[in-house]
Order: sequence, then C-alpha cells, then structure tokens
Amino acid sequence: MRLQCPHCGPRGLAEFTYHGDATVQRPVDRGAGSSAAWADYVYLRDNKAGVHQEYWYHQAGCHAWLVVTRHMRSHEVMAVRAAMVRA
Amino acid sequence: MRYSALSVLKQALTGHKGWQPAWRDAVPAPHYDVVIIGGGGHGLATAFYLARDYDVGRIAVVERSWLGNGSIGRNTTIIRSNYLLPGNLPFYELSLKLWEGLERDINYNAMVSQRGVYNLFHSDMQRDAYARRGNAMRLHGIDAVLLDRAALRKTIPYLDYENARFPIQGALLQARGGTVRHDAVAWGYARAAAKLGVDIIQNCEVTGIRQMGGVAVGVETSRGYIGAGKIGMAVAGATSQVAAMAGLRLPIESHALQAFVSEAVKPLVDHVITFGAGHFYISQSDKGGLVFGGDIDGYNSYAARGNLPTIEDVCEGGMAMMPMLGRARLVRHWGGVMDMSMDGSPIIDKTPVTNLYLNAGWCYGGFKATPASGVCFAHLIAREAPHEVAVGYRLDRFAEGWVIDEKGSGAQPNLH
Ligand SMILES: Cc1cc2nc3c(=O)[nH]c(=O)nc-3n(C[C@H](O)[C@H](O)[C@H](O)COP(=O)(O)OP(=O)(O)OC[C@H]3O[C@@H](n4cnc5c(N)ncnc54)[C@H](O)[C@@H]3O)c2cc1C
Ligand SMILES: [Zn+2]
Repeated sequence: MRLQCPHCGPRGLAEFTYHGDATVQRPVDRGAGSSAAWADYVYLRDNKAGVHQEYWYHQAGCHAWLVVTRHMRSHEVMAVRAAMVRA
Repeated sequence: MRYSALSVLKQALTGHKGWQPAWRDAVPAPHYDVVIIGGGGHGLATAFYLARDYDVGRIAVVERSWLGNGSIGRNTTIIRSNYLLPGNLPFYELSLKLWEGLERDINYNAMVSQRGVYNLFHSDMQRDAYARRGNAMRLHGIDAVLLDRAALRKTIPYLDYENARFPIQGALLQARGGTVRHDAVAWGYARAAAKLGVDIIQNCEVTGIRQMGGVAVGVETSRGYIGAGKIGMAVAGATSQVAAMAGLRLPIESHALQAFVSEAVKPLVDHVITFGAGHFYISQSDKGGLVFGGDIDGYNSYAARGNLPTIEDVCEGGMAMMPMLGRARLVRHWGGVMDMSMDGSPIIDKTPVTNLYLNAGWCYGGFKATPASGVCFAHLIAREAPHEVAVGYRLDRFAEGWVIDEKGSGAQPNLH
C-alpha cells in the first residue's frame, strides 16, 4: 500500500499514522447533550467490509491530516484528499 | 471411535484402513433450539460445552467456509493468562485451566505444551511494570516469576543481552503458558461436539438474521432458512457484518494481523519469548519452523493479509532480540482478520435483540481464550446470565464507562 499525499506525492505506508473512520461526527454540544451520542461517536463503528473513509496523518512527511478512501477487502486506495478540504 | 493408544496400535496393524471421519458433515435441518454462527474455535467450543453441560435441545454450528479457515487455523498458538486487570485475570486463568484438561475432556491430542512464556524487559520502568503484573497474577492465584538477567540467561542463552539500545534485563515468566496445536483445537472440539449430537454444517454462509417483533427466530443462509430458538454469534473478524444483519452497530473494528514461519531448524527455541522494546514474539513448532509475529498492521482491513512495513517492523524486533534469526529464511507468512474491540477486551453478552447472543472482540488474543469463551458463552445462552468469570464482558460497558483497557490506550483499536 502506498498513499498519494496531495502535498508530497506517492509515499510508503511507514510514513503515515492511522486514525480510523473519518465519517464519525463529533457531537457539537460540548458535553451538554446526551451521553448516548458521545458513546456512539467514541465507540461505535460501521466497520463495513467495503469502501472505507479514514484519517491518516503524514507524520514523517508534511504533517497533514488526510482522508483516504480505501477498499477493506482489496486495500485498493481510491482517493486521498487533505482533511482540511471538506468533501 | 474413542482415540487411545490401543486404537492407534490396532489401526497400525490393520493398515490404517479403519479410521473414520472425525465428525459428521451435517445437512441443515429446518429448525434447531440453538444455532451458533461461526465454526471457529469459539463457536465449536461453545457448541461442545452447551451439549455436554446443559440440556438445550438440538444444536447446530453454521460455518460459511470449512472448519479452520478462520483465525483458529491462522494464529500463532500461544496460550497464557498473564493479564493485569481484574476483569480479565479470572477469565484467562479459567481458560488456561481448561487447556490443562482439554485433551481428556475432548479425547483429542491438541498438543497442549506448557513450555513457558517469557516476557522480556529492557529498562527499570518496564521491570517495575512486569513486577506489578506478576503480583496481580499471584494475587489471583496464577503462577508468575520475575527473573533477573542472570537467571534468564541460564535458561535462554542465545538472546542479545548486550544490545546497546535495548539490553535485556530480565523477564516475567509464566511457566504454565505455552502453545497448543491450533487446528487440532478446531478438529477436536468439532469431533467431540458432533459425538454429542451437534450438527456441524460447513459451506453454509449466514446472510440474514430473521426477526419477529424484536425476537430473533432464525437465520437465512446460502443453504436455505434455518429456524432457531436461540442464536449465538461467534464469527470473530466478521462480527460487524453479521451483527449488522440484525441491525446492530458495535464497538468493533476489523484489522489485519500477520504471522511468519521460517524454514525448519533443529530444536532451538524451547519456550515462547516476547521482546519488550517493540512487538515481537517467537516460538518453535514441532516441525521445526520458527513461528513469530508482532503488531497488527494498524488500519481497518478485511483482506486477511497485510503489508510490508509491518513485516519489516516485526523482523527488526526479531533481529534486535535474537540476531541469529537473520540466518534463517522466511518460508511463509499470512494474515487474518481481527475483531478489535474499542478497549481491547472481549464481549460475551446478550444483545438488544431477544434470543440473539454475542461473542466477539477477541482482538489478536482470542486463541488462548477458546475454552473459557466456549464455557462462558454456553453458560450465557443456556442460563440467560453471564458466567461469573465473564461478568465484565458486557456490551454496555462502553456507554457506561466500565471499559477493560489492559493497555490503557483508549478507544483506538489499532493501539491495543
Ligand atoms: C496471525 C494471527 C496470530 C494470532 N496469534 C494468536 C496467539 O498467539 N494467541 C492467541 O490467543 N490468539 C491469537 N490470535 C487470535 C485468535 O486466532 C483469534 O482471536 C480467534 O481465533 C478468534 O476466534 P475463532 O477461533 O472463533 O475465530 P475464527 O476461526 O475466525 O472463526 C470465525 C468463523 O466464523 C465464520 N463466519 C464468518 N462470517 C460468517 C457467516 N456470515 N456465516 C457463517 N459463518 C461465518 C468464519 O468463516 C470463521 O470460520 C491470532 C490471530 C492471527 C490471525
Ligand atoms: Zn505529505
């Protein structure tokens, strides 16, 4: 697996750190809302055996957070974008 | 047929023509009292203990592939109970005790070998952490010995004690830990369960869970509908997929874990040894291959294979601990799909769907748990209440703040 960093070009996996599902949404209530919404955000995942959007951090490169679209069965990387750029 | 020295002798004298298949390959019946989804170690063990210890009626194990194709046939076979937290220690110790009597329980040679597990430490801080772990184990009546460098060196002389960066200062030893022939565990449980009347149905994939008013009533499969009084999910890496069939979303991510085997060499590594300054562990199989592994790859995956950076990382750990490894050739490596839970500990509990039960979250360490998992899941299904050593493995512990986080790394499955 190689990731095409939008800033650095194609780089080996060892340069990146993984941070999981990029589709989970942090509750915007600053803690005032239901704890169920927080438990959901912190712990529950779809974990589908198909296309997955996930955060990777280019730790040994440009230090950018990226959102990678990847297939869970083939590891095929379908897209990489900077996390700052909203899809 | 009961296996014994006599049966081996008899077969030897008659040209080994009388051996029978170890278990019946069953055809699905329209209805069972209990259907276990997943014919890995945990599903088969559950079926065996259910049939042996409870009166629940007809039982089936439904497996999408062949027995042993899952992680039960892919793991590095290590068993131990050297945990730290109260929620885990009694459970894993029950498992180790069950391993000690397993071969008599199921009349099958699973090659249980208590060769000792040595966890190396490389700094004062790490020694303190292992001393604490050893004390926690002893407080739970579990064997643990803290060895200094001289004592360790006497038993295992061939490690790189003077490594400039990670000098080996000693080890925490659990002498009762060791290895078990992994696929023999699947075959042995399958045979013992089938003997007690359990139907083992291979090549039968569950594709749906039928519910009526919040009650699970059966499974849709590639071989037709099977009605069920109760349904137990024991599908390890496929847990999120199967749970989704019942509308459940779980605190689980699937990740890749790799393992490696070298060419066969003469007896060399008599124990299980783990490197403390990185993640690397090694043992030697009876065929002579050095069996080793390390961390999970660290990203979600259902591919049952990993990538090169992890292979490099594992081999670097091995070279730092035992430089002679560099002379051996790697002959095989493979991967499996891990059901990584959000706190690194398993779940054995009811689900919000009545008559649907969950056994999951085994991470990279579910092989050693196989017997206790079977006992506890059978207890849950038959008695509708958790077994006393599995009370902490609740599904609601995440929402309620009772996580069992051995590593203290938080809700980040790739770090457990
Ligand atoms: C490389 C590697 C090394 C490991 N090393 C160790 C170790 O040293 N010590 C240790 O304790 N643990 C280890 N583990 C972890 C251990 O192997 C697993 O935690 C454990 O085997 C999981 O339980 P199981 O045996 O029931 O899983 P599996 O054998 O994976 O069983 C699950 C079964 O469910 C079936 N299934 C899935 N979906 C469906 C469906 N829809 N319908 C029907 N059936 C389905 C699968 O085909 C599979 O056979 C290792 C794992 C790997 C991959
Ligand atoms: Zn970059």
